[in-house]
Amino acid sequence: MKFVLIFNRVYQFVKFVSIIKPDPLVSLKEFTAARIAIGRVGTSIPLKEFQEFKLAHAHARDAVYSVLDIGGLLNSLKVFKLPILHLHSNAISRHKYLTRPDFGRQLDEESTSQLKDYSTSADIAIIIADGLSATAVNENAFNLLELLIPMFLDAKLKLSPLCLVEQGRVAIGDDIAYGLNAKFSIVLIGERPGLSSADSMGAYLTYNPRPGLTDESRNCISNIRPQGLTHKPAADKILYLVNEAFKRKVSGVTLKDNAGLLG
Amino acid sequence: MYKFTVRNIVYRFDDLKTLLAKASPYRTGDVLTGVCAVSYEERVAAQIALADVPLKTFLNEVIIPYEQDEITRLIIDNHDAESFNSISNLTVGEFRDWLLSDETDTAILKSIEAGVTPEMTAAVSKLMRNQDLIAVAKKCEVATRFRNTIGLKGHFSTRLQPNHPTDDLKGIAASMIEGLLYGSGDAVIGINPATDSPAVVMNLLKLIDTVRQQFDIPTQSCVLSHITTTLELINKGAPVDLCFQSIGGTEKTNSSFGINLALLDEAYEATLSLKRGTVGNNVMYFETGQGSELSANAHHGVDQQTCEARAYAIARKYKPLLVNSVVGFIGPEYLYDGKQIIRAALEDHFCGKLLGLPMGVDICYTNHAEADQDDMDNLLTLLGVAGCNFIMGIPGSDDIMLNYQSTSFHDALYLRKVLGLRPAPEFEQWLMKQGINSINFTNGNQLHEFIGKVTKLLK
Repeated sequence: MKFVLIFNRVYQFVKFVSIIKPDPLVSLKEFTAARIAIGRVGTSIPLKEFQEFKLAHAHARDAVYSVLDIGGLLNSLKVFKLPILHLHSNAISRHKYLTRPDFGRQLDEESTSQLKDYSTSADIAIIIADGLSATAVNENAFNLLELLIPMFLDAKLKLSPLCLVEQGRVAIGDDIAYGLNAKFSIVLIGERPGLSSADSMGAYLTYNPRPGLTDESRNCISNIRPQGLTHKPAADKILYLVNEAFKRKVSGVTLKDNAGLLG
Repeated sequence: MYKFTVRNIVYRFDDLKTLLAKASPYRTGDVLTGVCAVSYEERVAAQIALADVPLKTFLNEVIIPYEQDEITRLIIDNHDAESFNSISNLTVGEFRDWLLSDETDTAILKSIEAGVTPEMTAAVSKLMRNQDLIAVAKKCEVATRFRNTIGLKGHFSTRLQPNHPTDDLKGIAASMIEGLLYGSGDAVIGINPATDSPAVVMNLLKLIDTVRQQFDIPTQSCVLSHITTTLELINKGAPVDLCFQSIGGTEKTNSSFGINLALLDEAYEATLSLKRGTVGNNVMYFETGQGSELSANAHHGVDQQTCEARAYAIARKYKPLLVNSVVGFIGPEYLYDGKQIIRAALEDHFCGKLLGLPMGVDICYTNHAEADQDDMDNLLTLLGVAGCNFIMGIPGSDDIMLNYQSTSFHDALYLRKVLGLRPAPEFEQWLMKQGINSINFTNGNQLHEFIGKVTKLLK
């Protein structure tokens, strides 16, 4: 009796396996990270592959709705012995943030008045914003700054207070750095999560930041995360661009075109 | 000035463009522009007022000034009064009923094509339910030809989209081969390059052309670079089948894309002159999408769906092989969720078809939109029923270069199976020769021989 049961279960299993048509091109998987050779059941995607996809999408969705870990960041960033400002954009909720990009680019009133106490001039303002994935900055911002801030201090660059911004978009850095009277801004922000990269952080660099700038005035270093551009090379690239920008007094498209070191 | 009174409230709409915007079904992009109706009642009041506007009004009251915008000039100057004649006495509301009536068949719809303006199609779509948009689009037939025939009734094609984040030739080839074996690629094998470098684009063009010639595949290729890059490559003798460009519905939008009608004329003539088509000479591939005018800050206060329809005026000037509305790519500030994406896709497909365009749709979403695979399945099925010419085919729905989700090779097979749709006839013949039955999707021994050959080519 027991044998029959086991036999039946094995039989069911084999039957199940055999209805998944193997993909003849498994050998091509080595050439691309694309989801090729996933087989089929009928004309559909086999369950295992579909659930892998669904899990990746869940990670991306959760990243969009993740929140900046203010407590954790305040705690880790205090080693730099800089004042830390906690700011908020005009987008009062994630829903507003997603539907009104203009709100995410403006500081709210209270934050604007906070800046007034810190408007002594500085070389660089570092701004950490949640963007489309707070997870990305929660996991990558400190690790990057741990390498980057000592480099700046060695280069005798004066830093503004560190800013943490909730519901912020890239351009909010212009208003903040302008308010802090900084010559240069670095916005570390969570990028739109991809299916395999919910933790990807971007660094947007702007020389002479001021309200009203658009993307062509900035340089972007993308995909900063352990499985992408790792923290050390990211910090090196940022330092290189900061030095070049100060030398040529410009950032954005023109700087990028001349920067042979950037890969 | 247009108005409608509901109970004691008089809703006034200053001009046609305001009326169109207020009558538009709710979407976040129009809220962001500030042209959207402020209440449900105002929206329906606008729709009721719009129903009474004569179609003729659209020829006299342009929504973006003739002097300021070359798309407006194109629309007005190319209007065909003769084709318009049979519908010239209708209002927008009567036009909706006329489109749905039993008497209005495929041939009649074809006969009014040149007499309909984009704004007329946008207007009437705003009075229609999703069901209406499907029912009328289904009656239209727009077939185009290059090395095969796309858009015949009962047929349904796919663009094979084998993108790779670094344009790696082997990576692209691997996805391309897989797609072909899944019966994908009869509309085009089209790569979005990660860079617009002419040298890279040239290599990609050569790659697809080599595979196509080696296996004698009756399809066409395209690398979706900027039109100026394509022109440069044509002059260098690159194997360019189709010339691609993204287009928008206002002159200012197109300037932000670095194009205008004169440049499109030049590229069209250059591509035609290569005479690479075998069964026809539709050589252009356009992509559009609601929201691009707002994104370029070039909307003139016109709602995003009407802007989108105006882009189709450009498309039809060049008798394209394919027009693709990349509906869900733009993000939630324009189309927030599955409901808005589905509605927009059905509108685009309907308006394009009514204007005589070979419409396909990139059924897609980004991870910050409120949408998922279920929404895409719904839209896929609706568009299949509506007679959409083509969709995208991407390994496992996951575009690893553009970082968004579109339709998979499997999705297209599902649709062909449940609706009994077939690939382009010439392509289907080729599939059968390789041992691939594209309807029930079975494959035979010949397939292994084919795979052996292509794999050898790759390694």
